[in-house]
Amino acid sequence: MIEHYLEQASTFAADIDNLILLITVTVGFWFLLAQFLFFGFILKFRAQEGKKAQYISGENKKEKRWVSLPHYATLFFDVLIIIAAIRVWQDVKMTMPQADSTVRIVVQQWAWTFVHPGPDNKLDTADDIRTVDELHVEKDKTYHFELQSRDVLHSFSVPAFRLKQDAIPGRTIKGWFKPTLTGGFDIQCTEICGIGHGIMAARVLIENAADHAAWVKANAPQVAAVTPTAPADNVPTGGSR
Amino acid sequence: MSTATAEAGHGHSHDAHGHHDEGFIKKYFWSTDHKIIGFQYMFTGMFMALIGGFTVYAFRMQLAFPGMSVPGFGRVTAHDYNSLVTTHGSVMIFWVAMPVLIAALGNYLIPLMIGCDDMVFPRINRLSYQIFLLSAVVLIASFFVEGGAFGGAWTAYPPLSASAAYNLTPKGAPLWLIAVALEFVAFLLGGINFITTVMNSRAPGMKMFDVPIVVWMIIIASILFMASVGPLVAGAVMLLFDQTVGTGFFDPSRGGDPVLWQHLFWFFGHPEVYVVLLPAMGVVAEIITVFSRKKLFAYKTVLYTAIGTGVLSFFVWAHHQFVAGIDPRMANIFSVTTLLISIPVAEMVFVYIATLYGGSIRLTTPMLWALAFIGEFLIGGVTGIFLGSSGSDIYFHDTYFVIAHFHYTFFPIAFIGSFAAITYWFPKMFGKMMNETWGKVHFWGTIVSFNFIFIPLFFLGARGDHRRIYDYTHFPDLMRSGMQELRVLATLALIVLLAFQVIFLVNFFYSLVKGKKAEQNPWKANTLEWVAASPPPHGNFPELPTVYRGPYEYSHPEARDDYWPQNQPPATA
Repeated sequence: MIEHYLEQASTFAADIDNLILLITVTVGFWFLLAQFLFFGFILKFRAQEGKKAQYISGENKKEKRWVSLPHYATLFFDVLIIIAAIRVWQDVKMTMPQADSTVRIVVQQWAWTFVHPGPDNKLDTADDIRTVDELHVEKDKTYHFELQSRDVLHSFSVPAFRLKQDAIPGRTIKGWFKPTLTGGFDIQCTEICGIGHGIMAARVLIENAADHAAWVKANAPQVAAVTPTAPADNVPTGGSR
Repeated sequence: MSTATAEAGHGHSHDAHGHHDEGFIKKYFWSTDHKIIGFQYMFTGMFMALIGGFTVYAFRMQLAFPGMSVPGFGRVTAHDYNSLVTTHGSVMIFWVAMPVLIAALGNYLIPLMIGCDDMVFPRINRLSYQIFLLSAVVLIASFFVEGGAFGGAWTAYPPLSASAAYNLTPKGAPLWLIAVALEFVAFLLGGINFITTVMNSRAPGMKMFDVPIVVWMIIIASILFMASVGPLVAGAVMLLFDQTVGTGFFDPSRGGDPVLWQHLFWFFGHPEVYVVLLPAMGVVAEIITVFSRKKLFAYKTVLYTAIGTGVLSFFVWAHHQFVAGIDPRMANIFSVTTLLISIPVAEMVFVYIATLYGGSIRLTTPMLWALAFIGEFLIGGVTGIFLGSSGSDIYFHDTYFVIAHFHYTFFPIAFIGSFAAITYWFPKMFGKMMNETWGKVHFWGTIVSFNFIFIPLFFLGARGDHRRIYDYTHFPDLMRSGMQELRVLATLALIVLLAFQVIFLVNFFYSLVKGKKAEQNPWKANTLEWVAASPPPHGNFPELPTVYRGPYEYSHPEARDDYWPQNQPPATA
């Protein structure tokens, strides 16, 4: 359903959309059934002159089916949804497929710094490309990201990827994505982070191989001309983690 | 304290006129009568709802018409916006839902419904309200201090909330925290009172399964509150130290852990949902039985599902934190527990629907509210599944889908439930009837506009609108065709909803003064509060009632009428 509103720009976007569809169909059925009974009873059992209501305690076995059937039905569909949800979760958050490249995302009040590995495809080398509020990635390549925060909680969210991960100061949180479309999509900060939270917009720009290579070439620092930069993990690490 | 004593003394001087005739101040501001304390909570809650309503008006206007000068507020800056959403959330939960559903109803109803003359600790009860009032005053004061009101959201996640360098509200943040902590203290005192009263002061003959469901629900809610709030009170003190004396409990640069706060907060925060849900469910049980003239379907099942919900609610909190950086394996466990809680809640809803079967349903204003609760809460319930299942929560977390979901639970709880309770018990509370026609106008206006606010928000959330953003024009993907129109629709519906509340307030206060005089038992209900006069005097009952049966013996074949009051001896039936 979500794909009608927003492109599926990563490999797992379709899985998440299908999970949402599954939940919509299962709970939608029970929701409509419950509302149908609810409104049906209200219409059918309106007070009539001289007609007394029935006396039903709901305590005997036959009557208790009103409760036991929904009980087992809910349990059954819960299990179904849990299995589907955990499968998606495993795929997105608990497995890390082999990376083609790794980017570092450093968040602060109220801007994004993206550290791209540059021509040597390694982070923390002199040819790293640092950009602000613009993440450049190549279509159909698997990326790992290292998410860090300099100050408060932030959250790295790319709706078109169906990806979201909070950043915590003092920790490096790892995750992955694999873009499947070219184009530009919003990156949002989805954890309130102070006055500028509402303007913490960035874009992820997904390029095909040739365009991406051209961008890397055009933006990579000339290694010989630049003194080695300080390691990019100069984020205050403070805590033991 | 000195002014309060002076006021009490002032009230005392009027006592010269008659031995039992207390002065106005003493009667309404320094009373230990559970009914007056209930009213104090109710009116304070209603006043705070005006603040909560005004803040949402201001920030929704900004969302619909970014940059406009909002009539009655002015231009909403980013700083204002954060303060407004924070205030809206905290006020509506801590200063509206809690005082009205738990404290006002608990105080007013428990002694009347279990047939005793007052709470067992009347002075603790008075203290509970006074601390609550103080907490409200502290919160309101925080709007006017240097730097303005706290804007770190009602969840107050550190490090943002812990340091003025980050949140830029050096005074607002500690005051907000102090207000919340005081509010917890007030409800702890109240909860002790409720539980003790029900355990000790039930009318002769009233067994545990003769206690009306709403009383049970308030008791279960009080126990949940008491068991869950402790860690958060400790957390609040730690956060206050971080803010004011430079400790680093939640500050990673000094060895602290910001995620710890999230655990402490949601360990309370999720049971809190059920703390306010259960009393509202109880109100609905009372009303649907009376107005369908039916015995409550499977009384014990309702009770056990409520207890089951309460117990399970302690094991679901981390579903608020799936993507917060917790160990991803934990999400699997909390997905399971979260979805399991749908079982008792679904059962409760089905029990209520089954209660309507074979009834003789009269659609009075309170009944409309009670039925609307069931219909609307179902939407809130089923949309929770999307968020409780970890895989789909990755996308929906912190979007407007979440906002729409929890407003479909909290609005039915805090407002539909409260309106149901107020319209139903108004005759008992004030001895006057509310106007039915205007009651129904208010009902339909509120329900229709409510759905027009929040259904658009489901769609906005599904399209990726994230929360607490004061201006979406910075996000190209969120300004696609139709999205701003949905935001405008929600805002317009909100204004309609707020306008309809004027009808309620006018009806409420007009009926209070000039309403038709209420009989002792206008709805022909069974429970003991209807045995007392309308309104009940100090001490409630002329002689304490004796109970012979359960609270829901409507349309019993052996009874003469279609109701059978709990205190009516069997011989006269």
